Amino acid sequence: MRYVSLAGLLFAFWLALSGHYTPMLITAGALCSVACVFAAIRMRSADPEGHPIELFWGAITYFPWLFVEIAKSGWSVTKVILHPGLPISPTMTVVRASQKTPAGLATYANSITLTPGTITVEVNGNEFTVHAIVRDGALDVEDGRMDRRVSRFEGAA
Amino acid sequence: MRLAVELASWGFILLGSFFTLVGAFGLVRMPEVFARMHSASVLDTLGVGLLIAGMCLQAGFSLVTLKLLFLLALFFFTAPVVTHALAQACLHEGIKPRLVEDRRGTAGPRPSDPDDGRQP
Repeated sequence: MRYVSLAGLLFAFWLALSGHYTPMLITAGALCSVACVFAAIRMRSADPEGHPIELFWGAITYFPWLFVEIAKSGWSVTKVILHPGLPISPTMTVVRASQKTPAGLATYANSITLTPGTITVEVNGNEFTVHAIVRDGALDVEDGRMDRRVSRFEGAA
Repeated sequence: MRLAVELASWGFILLGSFFTLVGAFGLVRMPEVFARMHSASVLDTLGVGLLIAGMCLQAGFSLVTLKLLFLLALFFFTAPVVTHALAQACLHEGIKPRLVEDRRGTAGPRPSDPDDGRQP
């Protein structure tokens, strides 16, 4: 099932980017997609970590939520940058991630980094070291709202 | 309808340019490397995101829009990885972030790596 969806996705990607639809080229694209899947299986990257189809339904609601978070914190960082006094209060903190799969942990760490104002500096098992530009940003990450949201996204599998 | 799409598209492009400018401005204004990274992340999330949204509206339903969305996805998956790698490299090089407060010891679990408990 995972392999079939990977091949289908690769073929769709190929079709979208090629723009040539002669039978010969379409056949070549299909063969290439299948060959890529075999290569991925051999490299052991077609596993739940490399191609997490289980996360698809969760992702549909998670990404809009993340976009809103990015917009909110982006705006607050913009205000800090444009403030004449440059009121930064850099803070480092450690948070514990509650996700169980590598894909979930990576999503959480990347989400922290992606929201402006906080960067995951170090990952040690499920402990993340986070650098925040203002103290409130660090407290917000410690609060664990995003952690719970990512865990829900992971659990929606 | 055509006018509304055009207006929305230009609104997005102008807003994206604004955030790109703000990010670049912050990059110059911030005092040290870790702080600079934060203003760069305004640039590569809000700036790029809004610019691409505006361009998608310009292109309408076409292959160009699809390619722009691939580009956005690429940005959203690679930007945090690059930022993380850069920040970690800086920390391992021994560049100490200037901190107002270090909550690494107090906030949560103690860092298990003794090398990591450095004070600023």
